This record gives sequence, structure tokens and C-alpha cells, in this order.
Amino acid sequence: MAQVTLRKIIKEYEGGVQAVKGIDLDIADHEFVVLVGPSGCGKSTTLRMIAGLEEITSGEIDIGGAVVNDVPPRDRDIAMVFQNYALYPHMSVYENMAFGLMLRKFPKEEIRRRVENAAKILDIGMLLDRKPKALSGGQRQRVAMGRAIVRDPKVFLFDEPLSNLDAKLRVQMRTEIKKVHQTVRTTTVYVTHDQVEAMTLADRVVVMNHGVIEQVGPPQELYHHPRTRFVAGFIGSPAMNFIPATVEARSGGLVLRLPQGIELAVPAARVAKYQAYAGKQVTFGIRPEHLTDTQHVSKADIAIFNAAPEVVEPMGMETLAHIRMEGAEICARLDPTVPAAPGVPMPLAADMGNMHLIDDATGLVI
Amino acid sequence: MAPDSSAAVAPARPPAARPPSNAMKRFARRRSTIAFLMTLPLISVIAGLVAWPASYAIYLATLNRRMTAFIGLENFDILLDNETFRAVIWQSCFFAITAVLLKALIGFWLAHMLHHLPTKGQRKWRGMLLVPWVIPPALSTLGWWWMFDPSYSSINYLLNAIGGPSIPWLGSPWWARISVIIVNVWYGAPFFMIMYLAALKSVPEQLYEAAAIDGASGWQGLRHITLPMMQNIISITVLFSLIVTFANYDIVRVLTNGGPRDLTQVFASYAFQVGVLSGNIPRGAAVSLFMFPLLAFIAYFVLKGVNQRNKEMA
Ligand SMILES: Nc1ncnc2c1ncn2[C@@H]1O[C@H](COP(=O)(O)OP(=O)(O)OP(=O)(O)O)[C@@H](O)[C@H]1O
Ligand SMILES: [Mg+2]
Repeated sequence: MAQVTLRKIIKEYEGGVQAVKGIDLDIADHEFVVLVGPSGCGKSTTLRMIAGLEEITSGEIDIGGAVVNDVPPRDRDIAMVFQNYALYPHMSVYENMAFGLMLRKFPKEEIRRRVENAAKILDIGMLLDRKPKALSGGQRQRVAMGRAIVRDPKVFLFDEPLSNLDAKLRVQMRTEIKKVHQTVRTTTVYVTHDQVEAMTLADRVVVMNHGVIEQVGPPQELYHHPRTRFVAGFIGSPAMNFIPATVEARSGGLVLRLPQGIELAVPAARVAKYQAYAGKQVTFGIRPEHLTDTQHVSKADIAIFNAAPEVVEPMGMETLAHIRMEGAEICARLDPTVPAAPGVPMPLAADMGNMHLIDDATGLVI
Repeated sequence: MAPDSSAAVAPARPPAARPPSNAMKRFARRRSTIAFLMTLPLISVIAGLVAWPASYAIYLATLNRRMTAFIGLENFDILLDNETFRAVIWQSCFFAITAVLLKALIGFWLAHMLHHLPTKGQRKWRGMLLVPWVIPPALSTLGWWWMFDPSYSSINYLLNAIGGPSIPWLGSPWWARISVIIVNVWYGAPFFMIMYLAALKSVPEQLYEAAAIDGASGWQGLRHITLPMMQNIISITVLFSLIVTFANYDIVRVLTNGGPRDLTQVFASYAFQVGVLSGNIPRGAAVSLFMFPLLAFIAYFVLKGVNQRNKEMA
């Protein structure tokens, strides 16, 4: 068990591509940290640098209090689960899991004890004699995890371990990974491009974009207090709505003027914060779950406006309404009992207590 | 039964290899008649160029010298009593096994080096290293013969230049044996190299990364990942090369012509000597058939193992 520290990590590939542009990150002992971001943002590169599979161009990586920049992977005492599992095809499941221990010259009984223990945690006891080819995707995934668990390493590294599974299995294995972490409590760095996975698994989420960290924080904090437009749009599903707006002063308060003459009052508590933007063009951000029908609203700070959905998608527990506005496509989550039909205008309630304003020039949330 | 399995083994199709009989049956059932008709030309070629000569050789080997009477296995009996022939067996095995081992080792070493070169330089080196294999062996052996010449040869000249002794390359039995092996290895190693290079490239990079994280050093990666992953290619290449090397004729014929004192004769060159030069065709056929049962036996088990692993691994 160990903490992991990254200091000013830069990775430049041959040809001058900067995949990672100076990352600072402190990961505490026992913590489960998820790196999330769009494709190509440098998540895998960061993880592989921690593993020692990729050279660090500059900066320092510290595992368990020792700088490991020049330590080869085999001496870092880490375990990694790859996206396509990278199981050894010529070894049985047992041998796959025992391989690392065998190389470290553990006694036979100890190896057997650990492999059987891991097999029990992962429920793969009956597969130990099979070759990887004879396993399903989910079973391979478990074996790959078993191979990591038996080592009892300082750090677990996961690179998109669930992306080769079908949707249902992915949800199941996600829970499984969380359970395993609650049992073994090993420091974990987990890479995914799926924000739902990030939110559900992480103690802290690290949102990356174009080789830099946009924001680090617990899932709830990222959800409620995104710092940048990128984080606001990346976290949450369906994604946050962004609507061009102008801030206007009105009799002691502020209103947002949206396209099509819609005006929404800014809650009194936010007026001081947004005062400086009066008369300016900004982006108004609001999550679909804060844009609902008017049937069940009782809270304060509700602004009501009329709009006609273009597409209506009944999901069962809710209905999604997609509305086209000038310069924006927005989505609202409605109660399934509310009648909604394409092309028919209906009243919508915006929960302005959960609104966000984004400065277009900096991309930062105000 | 014998000519039948010779037809299957002799063309020595590399990888996909020969499935065992029940797979064969399934194969026959699965493929349509059209497929059979389309392979008919190939089948007739194999029948005409492999099965028929092989059966005919077996038939010949059971005749007397004048080919007038059937004498069963007597030719083999006589051969086994003959001291020269026992030396030929010994020399053939020594030659084939040593040469194949060296070819495999050197081929692997070359392939490994090439594999770790940057892609740009790799093609150039690969091309150059393949040269010995594409020159007709009779020609290149002549070149070696000239280099082995005791008085004017470049090899001895170089040895002398660094203060070494002159070596009677083709004059003394042991040096002659070694010379034959050197030339065969020089000619055959590139084949191993190219096969092993393809095999090395087919091992996924991630397995090495996983092994490195599991704690494997470079050597352990080679031993526990590379070699097991290449095992099928290694066994097929070794088997193929063993068959071809046992049947080698041109190098011995050109380099030493079996000498000195028949001590470098191998099966093929000795069969030529007995059958054609001395005019005892049935006995010559018996010589050339001598290794067939053993090789067929080895081939059966090697290919069975290959098939087994193919089924177990991806
Ligand atoms: N070996 C390499 N040589 C050059 N550039 C590379 C190399 N590997 C990755 N890159 C580049 O570095 C950037 C980051 O790659 P990385 O694999 O870390 O992305 P990622 O965040 O893991 O994306 P994904 O979600 O698609 O896996 C990309 O722009 C990629 O093209
Ligand atoms: Mg990646």
C-alpha cells in the first residue's frame, strides 16, 4: 500500500507530440482515483508512466515515498489490468495468476493459497485449469483482476478494463471492482473515458483534457461545482445544456436573456457573483435534470418558460425532451406522466438554484 | 499405408499443417464437392510427383540388383551389415541434428536482433541476411569450396594473417564434416530467421508489458513468453528443416563428394553413389528410404502437438 505522487509530469513522444503537459497529482494511500477524459487526452500515457512502461520526459513520479523515475516496471511493485486483459494464452488461469509470484520466488503453498483466495473473491475457482481461450470476456476480465490481486502490490493500475464488455456485464463488473477495492483497499488508479464509471467508482475523479488536468475532486463536487465548461459538459449524462445568453440588470436583480425572447431571473443569492457580467454575452449552463416540467416544482428560484420539444424520448422512469433553440440544442428530463408531444409548446421549469454561468473568453465557470 | 502418409508429409506444407484423421473427416464433410474439384489439380500433382515416386521407390527397394526378383527386406539387411552404411547413418544424423540445431539457434538470434532494430533499418538488413538462402546452393557451395581450398583459400589466408594455423578444411574427416555443416547452416539459417521473425512479430507487445509488470526480466520474458508463444513455429520449422536436411544432397556432393573415405556421405549422396554410380538401383532406393519411418513418426507427433496447442491457444 502506498501513496502516489506526480510532479510536473510531461510526456513528449517522438515527433514532438506532447501527450501530457505537466501534471501534478497526489494520490493518497488506499484511495481509488479515476482518470477520465475524451479519447487522446493522455490518460493511458499517464497511467503507463506510473507503471514504468513509458519513459517520463520530465517531472517526477513517487510511489510509496521513493522516486521511481528510473525504476523498471518489475521493481515498482505495481499490478496492471489492461484493456484487452493481456492474459498469457499459453498458460492456464492458475498459471496466469501465479506467474508474478513464481517469478518472485514465493513458496508453492503460499502461491496456491493466494491464487485460491483471489479465485474465491472473484468467483473463478472452477476455471483455474482452463486456458484463456476457453473463457468468456467477463471471465477473462476477472482473471486479469485476479492476476493483479494475488500480487498484493502497492498500487493497482487499470486501463479501461471494462470497455471490451457488453453494457450489462460492464455494470456488473463495475460493482465487482468496487467490492474488490473495498475488500483489499489497495491504492488504485483507474483510467476510463466513461464518466459514469468514473463517478460510480472513484473516491476522487481527475478530469483530463488535451494533456492537462481540468479538475480534481470527489464525484459530487465535480457534478455540482465544475470549474470549467469542459468539466461541466463532460460530467453528467445526458450532458449539461449550454445556451448562449446575455446578462441584463433589471430593477435591482439580474435576468438572463436567452434566444427566442426567453428571460430567466437569476436567483438573488447569485446576483452579487454575476453582477460584473451585466450587459455581457455569456453561456448559460443547466443540467437536463434541472430543466423539468412544471408539475412537480415547488422550490424557490424556479424560472418558467415555454418551448416546443422537437423529439420526445420516453425512457420509462422519465421522458427526455429535446428542444431546438437558436444556437443550442437542449434536453429536459420530464416526469413520464406529463403529456409531451413533438411540436406542441409546453411550460418548462428551470431550477435556477442549480444554474451555471460560463465566461466565454476563459471557458471557466463563473 | 506408407505411400499414403508420405504424400501427406513430403510436401511439408508449413503452418496450417496436417490435421489428425478425425479432423480430416470433418474437413471432408464440411467442404463442398466444388472445393474438392478445385483442389483436384493439386491432388493430382501430389499424386504424380510424390505418391507415385514414393511407392515406386518402395517397390524398387524390395528387388534384387538386376531388378528381376522380389527379395523383401534383404537390401536393408545387407545395408545394416555394411560398415560404410552404418557410418553413413551416424554421419547423416550427426550432420542433420547439428546443422538444424545451429540453424535454429543462429536463426533465432538473427531474428531477435532484427526484431529489435528500428523498422527503417530492418528491411535492409532482412534483405541482406536472406541472400544466402536465395542463391542456388550448388552455386554458393562452389564458392565455399573455393574458400576452403587448402593452399589458396581466403579463410586460411585470414587465419594465417592473424597468426592461426592453416586448416585442412576438406582434407581431414572432422574438418570436412564441420565444413559441410558450416555451409548448410550458412545456407539454411536465413529460413529460420525469416520464420522466427514473423513469429516474434506475432507476439502481442502487451504480453511483454504484462510480464514486465509481473516482474519478469528480459531473459524471463524470453523464456516464459517468447519461446512458448513461438513453440508451434519452432517445432514446425525444425521438423521441416530436419526433413530437408536429412535429404540434403547438393552440398555434400559439391563440397566433399562424400570424401574423405566416404566419411561425409549422408543418405542422399550415398544413395546416389550406390544406386547411380555403382548401378545398384534397388539398394540405392533402400538407402534413401532408410530414414522415412523415423521421420514420419517424428512428424506425426510434432504435428499432433502443434494441432493441440493451436486448439488451446487463440
Ligand atoms: N507511441 C506514441 N507515439 C506518438 N504519439 C502517441 C503515442 N502514444 C500515444 N500518442 C499520442 O498521445 C496522445 C495521448 O494518448 P493516450 O493513449 O494517452 O490517450 P488516451 O487518453 O488513453 O485515449 P483513449 O481514451 O483513446 O485510450 C494522443 O494524441 C496520441 O496520439
Ligand atoms: Mg487509452
